[in-house]
Amino acid sequence: MRYLPLTDDDRAAMLAAIGADSVEALFRDVPRAARLDKPVDLPRAMGEIEVERALSRMAAKNLAAGAAASFLGAGVYRHHVPAAVDHLIQRGEFLTSYTPYQPEVSQGTLQALFEFQTQVALITGMDVANASMYDGATACAEAVMMANRVTRRHKAILAGDLHPHYRETAETHARFAGFEIVARSPDPTARDDLAPLIDGDTACVVVQNPGFFGQVRDFSALADSCHRAGALLVVVVTEAVSLGLVASPGEMGADIVAAEGQSIGNPLTFGGPHVGLFATREKFVRQMPGRLAGQTVDVEGRRGWVLTLSTREQHIRREKATSNICTNSGLCALAFTIHMALLGEAGFTRLAELNHAHAVLLTERLAAVPGVTLVNDTFFNELTLRLPRPAAPVVDALAQAGVLGGVPASRFWPQRKDMAELLIVAATETNTEEDMAAFAQGLGEVLR
Amino acid sequence: MSEWSQALGAFGREAAAAGTIGGNRGLQVEEPLLFERDQPGRSGVDLPEPPPVADRLGGLRRRGPIGLPGLSEPQVVRHFTRLSQKNYAIDTGLYPLGSCTMKHNPRLNEKLARLPGFADLHPLQPLSTVQGALELIDTLAHWLKVLTGMPAVALSPAAGAHGELCGMLCIRAALDARGETRRRVLVPESAHGTNPATAAACGFTVDAIPANARGRVDLAALQAKLGPDVAAIMLTNPNTCGLFEDEIKAIADVVHAAGAYFYCDGANFNAIVGRVRPADLGIDCMHINLHKTFSTPHGGGGPGAGPVVLAESLAAFAPLPWVVHGKTGFRLIEHAEGPAAQALGRLKGNHGQMGMFVRALAYMMSHGSDGLRQVSGDAVLNANYLLAQLGGDLTASFPGPCMHEVLFDDRFLDGTGVTTLDFAKALIDEGYHPMTMYFPLVVHGALLMEPTETEPKEGLDRFIAVVKGLAQRAKAGDAAAFRAAPRFTPRRRLDETAAARKPILRWRPDAPEREAAE
Repeated sequence: MRYLPLTDDDRAAMLAAIGADSVEALFRDVPRAARLDKPVDLPRAMGEIEVERALSRMAAKNLAAGAAASFLGAGVYRHHVPAAVDHLIQRGEFLTSYTPYQPEVSQGTLQALFEFQTQVALITGMDVANASMYDGATACAEAVMMANRVTRRHKAILAGDLHPHYRETAETHARFAGFEIVARSPDPTARDDLAPLIDGDTACVVVQNPGFFGQVRDFSALADSCHRAGALLVVVVTEAVSLGLVASPGEMGADIVAAEGQSIGNPLTFGGPHVGLFATREKFVRQMPGRLAGQTVDVEGRRGWVLTLSTREQHIRREKATSNICTNSGLCALAFTIHMALLGEAGFTRLAELNHAHAVLLTERLAAVPGVTLVNDTFFNELTLRLPRPAAPVVDALAQAGVLGGVPASRFWPQRKDMAELLIVAATETNTEEDMAAFAQGLGEVLR
Repeated sequence: MSEWSQALGAFGREAAAAGTIGGNRGLQVEEPLLFERDQPGRSGVDLPEPPPVADRLGGLRRRGPIGLPGLSEPQVVRHFTRLSQKNYAIDTGLYPLGSCTMKHNPRLNEKLARLPGFADLHPLQPLSTVQGALELIDTLAHWLKVLTGMPAVALSPAAGAHGELCGMLCIRAALDARGETRRRVLVPESAHGTNPATAAACGFTVDAIPANARGRVDLAALQAKLGPDVAAIMLTNPNTCGLFEDEIKAIADVVHAAGAYFYCDGANFNAIVGRVRPADLGIDCMHINLHKTFSTPHGGGGPGAGPVVLAESLAAFAPLPWVVHGKTGFRLIEHAEGPAAQALGRLKGNHGQMGMFVRALAYMMSHGSDGLRQVSGDAVLNANYLLAQLGGDLTASFPGPCMHEVLFDDRFLDGTGVTTLDFAKALIDEGYHPMTMYFPLVVHGALLMEPTETEPKEGLDRFIAVVKGLAQRAKAGDAAAFRAAPRFTPRRRLDETAAARKPILRWRPDAPEREAAE
């Protein structure tokens, strides 16, 4: 077996040194009845050629988004990742290192995390960010629980255009950890005013920008309403590229930002692993979940980096920790950091402009298809269309023609008739004129 | 400040300590922050000019610059290459971190995870276009179920602690369905910190159970703690002392007799994979760290994946989504309906850590049922070899045989003035990543070593010689040298107290640090 270096001679010599008759003898503490005498009923070892063939066959049964004209978003976005990103994250010193608990031999990972935290704080307009969460949905749930700790209150109001996976993840935690969620009905036009719902029990209001249906909104007034009532404003961002063009949550008065960072540096990968971004105000830093890299000096006075404020964390604080999170999304955060470093101010801004421009062009084409109307007043790179008939079969028909034509809202709300005809469509820098023409033409033909 | 040290900018301060003009030491090259390399106007990407359009942002354009630094591609590549060279990694050497299972990460798995048919799939594509992806998930589920003997598996958890959350929430949901409000969870003193943290996050209170003199759960103490308010026990097996809980069947029996569930922390599954099925030990659910046992890369702290295998009594509560066989191929159940009506809800976005699933399945298929049995055999053999060879110079906390990791305590350092921390830092100067230190908490000054099965015997022999030599040096009274370690790393011991007292968690343009350097 190519990954196992011990030879039979090695094993014999080692057993002799140990004073055991056999490897089986080392398992003597396992109850006899629970010890298997032979391999379980699964295929035997395979060489590289066979494994590659078997998994390549499974991969070939899928339609890769890049092989189609692809306009899917709804929280996961197909962007171009520069070649240098994947090369650098595959350096073994990054790929195969552990969590940087031993700072003297982990300065590379720690400095990269410090840079990641700075980038996230800058683009969200917040003071501080952590070293990543699993994904945007879990970051959002952690934000709600952090708001509970900060305010010592137990109710969260979730906007109707919060991503339904984010809502459901928060609801799971609420059900068992014993706090209240007020989840508003889906709100494609983003008209719902949440301010009147805030009361003395409200720990936080959770909104999303751009909203799940694409609407771009100003939450400054809502932030004021929250703060007057002693509640926090949590702003969710599922499309991190929007932060290159749209006013940041920090500018609008957010207290916590919970975002999905997949758009920067990370492929779609069928939905995971992705990378949760978590940022907040300086005054709340000791209530944050997750790891933090911090600056310090070594015994010679040289600047260096360590994991810090770990007294918030499970390995020190156990049942009193701010979260149970341990492993996060380190390598995805590194991919984010490298991609963002390549983009820089000019590249990130242009990437966002390009996404918006493509969405505007796509909208012009799609809204011209007979029977199709645009639901949104505003949008960044994603928008919602109302079709003259249920969207799900339309999307299936488009897929047969090589167009991945958006996400039907019914995928998230199969029981709601008012969602059936809504189609959520995204455009990015990867979409060409030809893709957009193919989508518009295909949609016209399917609806004819 | 001299002319050259001013020209070197941020390096001036490091130069003095390094004793070189530029602050570098041969291949150890100083690297400033990205933000200190900023030249406005530079970029590492060439994106096309956006076509002119009337914007639809409703007046919500960002005002003012973000503050991101501008660098070209060669600068970015060199920056991160240099940072990488400041890391220890499995690729560079033995990584004996106990309970972390730092084994070789096969590169085939990286290649396969990057196939466009997996990496370039959107999670919300029509199901007809992702049948191969669902087949892969279903195949992985089959392997995990056969290896554990359990009838069901929840695949969405993103890491071990997330898997714990999943398992304990399944138990909460099952208790709710039984109409019971049991709220106490028993956790051994030797448990990972995630166990009590998870129990608390699920709305349980935590009650510690002591270990006996043999490093196992004290069965009598456990029985005394059991009662009608106990929801579950969370037990790591093999445990964090590197020992198999030899009374596990009796533990399972008394826990079940009290009406409670048996949660097993599967962080140490590498010790028994292919040889022992957790189902045969009486457990009700267990998470599996794919990034440990099945070798998906740790990546400097993730991403991981923490699937949870479930007994029949808990399977109905598994979180969404479920992958099922339908009439027209594989199907996803994404809502609490039909067979998933009792599902506890959703734990994260989308369907799970697909990138990790591909790598783990490639790893499993490469080893096969015979190779996986060899994995646990060699892992346990390697650990026992360390115990046998080091037992005379270090102090083993418990007699062998151990499982895949071996626990020493600091009695061998008594009177030397050298601490476990000093000893570990001296190991760094010898070219090794330290073992797990001060964990588990049940022995004093713990040193927990897990060599894994991917270390050759000659590599272990060199490591053993170094550890023996260090132990002898400590006993010879060279404490000052230990306290000064490490000396040959990019940075020497770092001031963690100062970092926590006045946290600096990001770079700022006006940071006094930078002014001082310039």
